[in-house]
Amino acid sequence: MSSYLLSIPVICALLSSVISLGAKQSARVARIGSFLLLGIGGMVAAYTGFYVLIEHQILTQDIMLGLPWMHWHLRLDMLSALFFIIIGVVSCAASLFGIGYTREFESTAYGFMPLGFFTGLFMAGMLGVLIADDALIFMISWEIMSLASYFLVTFQHTQAANRSAGFLYLLMAHLGGLAILLAFGILAGMGSGEFNFGFSFNEMRQHSNITPFWANLAVGLSLFGFGMKAGLVPAHAWLPEAHPVAPSHISALMSGVMLKVAIYGFMRVTFDLVSTLSLHWSWGVVLISIGGASALLGILYALMQNDLKRLLAYSSIENVGIIFISLGLCLLFHSQNSPALASLSMIAALYHILNHSIFKSLLFLSAGAVLHNTHERNLEQMGGLIRRVPYTAFFFLIGSLSIAALPPFNGFVSEWLTFQAALQTTGLQSGVLRTLIPFSAALLALTSALSATCFVKLYGTAFLGQPRSKHVKHAHEIDNGMRVAQGVLAFLCLLLGIFPTTVISILEVIPREFIGFELPNVSAEGWLWLTPISPGVASYSAPLVLLSIVTVWGLGYLLLHDPKKSRISPAWDCGFGGGTPRMQYTAAAFAMPIRRIFKPVWKVKEQIEEQKEITLHSKRIDYKLEISDRSWTTLYLPIAAVVNYCARTLGYIQTGNIRTYLSYSFFTLLFLLWLIT
Amino acid sequence: MNIVNLSHYEQAIFVLSALVLYTSFSMLAQSRLFNLINVFAWQGTLLGMTAALVAFISNQPHLYISALLTLVLKAWLIPWMLRKQVMRLKLQREIETLATPTLTSLAGVGLVIFSYYIALPIKSLSNSITRNTISESLAIVLLAMLLIITRRQAVSQVVGFMAIENGLFFAALVSTYGMPMIVELGIAFDVLVAAVLFGVFFFEMRSSIDSLDVDQMNRLHEVDKR
Amino acid sequence: MELSLFANWFLAGLQTLLLITLAPLLLGWIRACKAMLHNHAPASLWQPYRDLRKFFRKEVVVADGASWLFRATPYIVLGTMILSAGVVPLVATDLPTAAIADVIVLTSFFALARFFSALAAMDTGTAFGGMGASREMMLSSLAEPAMLMAVFTLSMTASTTNLSSTIEYLLQHGLVLRPSFIFAALGLMMVAIAETGRIPIDNPSTHLELTMVHEAMILEYSGRHLGLIEWAHQIKLMVYGVLIANLFIPWGIATTLTPEALGIGVLAIIGKLMILGLVLAVYETTLAKLRLFRAPDYLSFAFLLSLLGMLSHVILEVG
Repeated sequence: MSSYLLSIPVICALLSSVISLGAKQSARVARIGSFLLLGIGGMVAAYTGFYVLIEHQILTQDIMLGLPWMHWHLRLDMLSALFFIIIGVVSCAASLFGIGYTREFESTAYGFMPLGFFTGLFMAGMLGVLIADDALIFMISWEIMSLASYFLVTFQHTQAANRSAGFLYLLMAHLGGLAILLAFGILAGMGSGEFNFGFSFNEMRQHSNITPFWANLAVGLSLFGFGMKAGLVPAHAWLPEAHPVAPSHISALMSGVMLKVAIYGFMRVTFDLVSTLSLHWSWGVVLISIGGASALLGILYALMQNDLKRLLAYSSIENVGIIFISLGLCLLFHSQNSPALASLSMIAALYHILNHSIFKSLLFLSAGAVLHNTHERNLEQMGGLIRRVPYTAFFFLIGSLSIAALPPFNGFVSEWLTFQAALQTTGLQSGVLRTLIPFSAALLALTSALSATCFVKLYGTAFLGQPRSKHVKHAHEIDNGMRVAQGVLAFLCLLLGIFPTTVISILEVIPREFIGFELPNVSAEGWLWLTPISPGVASYSAPLVLLSIVTVWGLGYLLLHDPKKSRISPAWDCGFGGGTPRMQYTAAAFAMPIRRIFKPVWKVKEQIEEQKEITLHSKRIDYKLEISDRSWTTLYLPIAAVVNYCARTLGYIQTGNIRTYLSYSFFTLLFLLWLIT
Repeated sequence: MNIVNLSHYEQAIFVLSALVLYTSFSMLAQSRLFNLINVFAWQGTLLGMTAALVAFISNQPHLYISALLTLVLKAWLIPWMLRKQVMRLKLQREIETLATPTLTSLAGVGLVIFSYYIALPIKSLSNSITRNTISESLAIVLLAMLLIITRRQAVSQVVGFMAIENGLFFAALVSTYGMPMIVELGIAFDVLVAAVLFGVFFFEMRSSIDSLDVDQMNRLHEVDKR
Repeated sequence: MELSLFANWFLAGLQTLLLITLAPLLLGWIRACKAMLHNHAPASLWQPYRDLRKFFRKEVVVADGASWLFRATPYIVLGTMILSAGVVPLVATDLPTAAIADVIVLTSFFALARFFSALAAMDTGTAFGGMGASREMMLSSLAEPAMLMAVFTLSMTASTTNLSSTIEYLLQHGLVLRPSFIFAALGLMMVAIAETGRIPIDNPSTHLELTMVHEAMILEYSGRHLGLIEWAHQIKLMVYGVLIANLFIPWGIATTLTPEALGIGVLAIIGKLMILGLVLAVYETTLAKLRLFRAPDYLSFAFLLSLLGMLSHVILEVG
């Protein structure tokens, strides 16, 4: 029975998209029904994933569909099972949230139908990518995922910004898709020597005689294709355009899950289909550098954003960068014959993948909750939401703590594991690597400190202080379903942070499958102590950390709290008093010191216009700040210019005369005939 | 070769050489000429001390002479001459704006790693106990070149030039326990002469283009930029 | 076995208690040294205790816009600081609390406390609070990599990030002149000065200055809340002091849990901290406070020092 578990979530997702086609008849039924099916699909997916990971049983299924000589191969192994769990959990939360969140779309011109239809397809596509065991299914699912998400991005299509973001997204997705297709082509064609294409992953794995050149080329192409989809620098510019404009539960799915599916694809090609040992060791360095650049630039750009969802999207780039740093470490250690460290880095990467999908979905859902009842994305208009929407504020705080890598939450554990891997370089032969790897750890430290700054800025301006605009002042708490969805994810953040030994003992099978080594000492001292290498080297006990902080809090409260001795009065403010909301530090002001230190990173246009009266007093000061992404001017626009130029040049052959076109075909035919003789 | 297995004297050589490297970095960050010259003098002092220590450990009495020569010339005489020239040129209050000090130091770190990479094969040829420091000496040379490139002041460039010589001396010291005495004496004399000549050159430059900013010499280019 | 385990935990608790109770005394000592250097008659060494007692007695005034976060922050900050006090080996190594967290987790404890302080500062919605939070976060985001780099140098030498094991490793090898440690020690000291809000980054003895950082953040706190935060701050200073003292001059710390060894350990750490306090006082007296935007240069210099430490470890010490 268990092999059917593979396709049930996909079928649920497809059914949900079919149901939502009935939105014209009854919007309410369609909405609830489709989200219900999506949620059920998610639960089954999560269950299946757990089943595979815990029982160590790989599920396979052959479906008699497709080409006669090539059936559809489906397979769920340890790696895809983890991503199955991620999709399952996040989609459950997103559907719970979506029921309430999308209610307002029913009455708008957009309607629920396209949203529900493409959400289902999107889910089905992502699940399909994970269970695909041949290149055909993989590519079909991949394209379904890309296309469906394009329609979700452009869901609110009346705004021009959304349309252009969607177009850019589509373009990038297809460029990436092309690279992936080529990578599969190489793996299928070059491995077997003669033209005997084996498109199923099983055949690709057995192609032992693929030359290192082709193997490296395939990995390069897949890095390009999957990296583009995952939002790696410098090809990241589409991501902060596309992710924020989709409805928030979709943003959560895109940032939380779709990026991970891209990483899954990369891992599948690099660690599974290509034999890792035939790869050049410098791939590790390449991944670490690209990952490091993405992490640092991602968070620096995030710091400068004043749009809540854009900020979160940029921070996704940072986290993908961190994941790629860990993956790079894994490749590097693997090529240097230290399997223990390689599996440690892989676990760090997988753990961070899991963590990021949980806390980023949580943050996007909370952002959606804020958006839902204030219709405001601009941080400069928010403030004081902690008193208006206490639950959302609390959950957002947990998400922020997790993403800022603070103990005892989950983000910290995975970064700590990465640090541990990066510090164990004494075993490496090459001295240059021994210096470069700790340097990448320092970069990681800078990134995580900056992300703490970034989320203090976000939380401080959006949720704390006094409201900066009217509609924010009158915000109200959201409905229960949306609250529960956030609560579940927030709880998971804490849980994954407090019981790392349990999580790692489940994840351990994945490096065992690909590297052939598992960590012997993770819980050498019992479940309370996380000791990734050995108890003498490093240990961390998250439960005790939480316990101590709570104990001190409780003791301090018991001993010191005395309601008689407290009084509420206007803020002292150093005696100035009379503060208005406009006098608070703004988001831009908060980030100004960072902007000044890392100046060359952004393209900043700052204008101050001052109108003076006859006396020296200013009558009015206008301050304009425009911060744009450098990758636009240095990468995207030049490429666009080149493409335009080529198109214009080639445009000469497009005469409009039908006989000319026919003669083109004629001469091509002649040429080809000559070629084959 | 692990540091734990070495004697304290040998460890002290490593400490001194690390400090010499540090002075090279410190020179990159100094924006005042006097401070730059002071750091340069410190580098000379540390270098002299290293030479004396190497002489002591390896029983090479001729190195004591090099050490003394280094101390006298590079820690005292040349800095003194440079300081005097700065005073006479009235540059003591001038602050050179360093475009991106952090980026320059990071580039310096990159150079250190690069020279480590380059020096690995050389290291395996040498059998002196100080062979770990060969890459440092190369790094000192490269960092001094970086100093010359990033500066506009002619005086700082001269300091950079002298620092290159420091690096070369250091390299000879740690890889083969110094050059033959006659060569070393010759080089020391050359450096001294160079310092004097540069002094003359400063005044010439000042009187002809009215500045010691070498970017001013851009006007001398051949092709008309129009 | 059970008994000795219990005794170990008890000793660990005792050590933590010792650290947090001695923390105000260290501040008193630094102030006294500074006063003497300035030719003032110093205040009593016990003055910080008196201040704390006063704070705990006084009434709390909470700004009317403040949320629960504002009230909870002092407890969370103190909690994390006590936790870090438990992790740092003060008198003896090999106590069970040292395994709760390694040095990377320790820096994250500081980060956690900072995160909440910055949020609490923004909670009241005053201009000063936001300013302090922004500056503190800016400084710390540069200080944290420098600190980790310095610590990495040590942990690469000892190939462990556990503080206790690092100290034991260093004691095992006796006096080794490591160039990397000189740089790492200098880098860590600079970071410690920046992180504890001392001159030249921040001035602990002034308020109402446009350049203030830490004081701007806690401006709205009063009564027991202020007392908790001040105490936490003193513990932080002490933890940094102990970290520097015991990592770079580990001699004297007890490696066995006999009464004599522990006694020597207590005396040794008191001596080391007195010297460090004196050094800090001299350093603060001779320097002027830096402009805020010179602080990044200071911190990147600290980072460079730590980086040089790491490089000289790889190049010189391992070969």
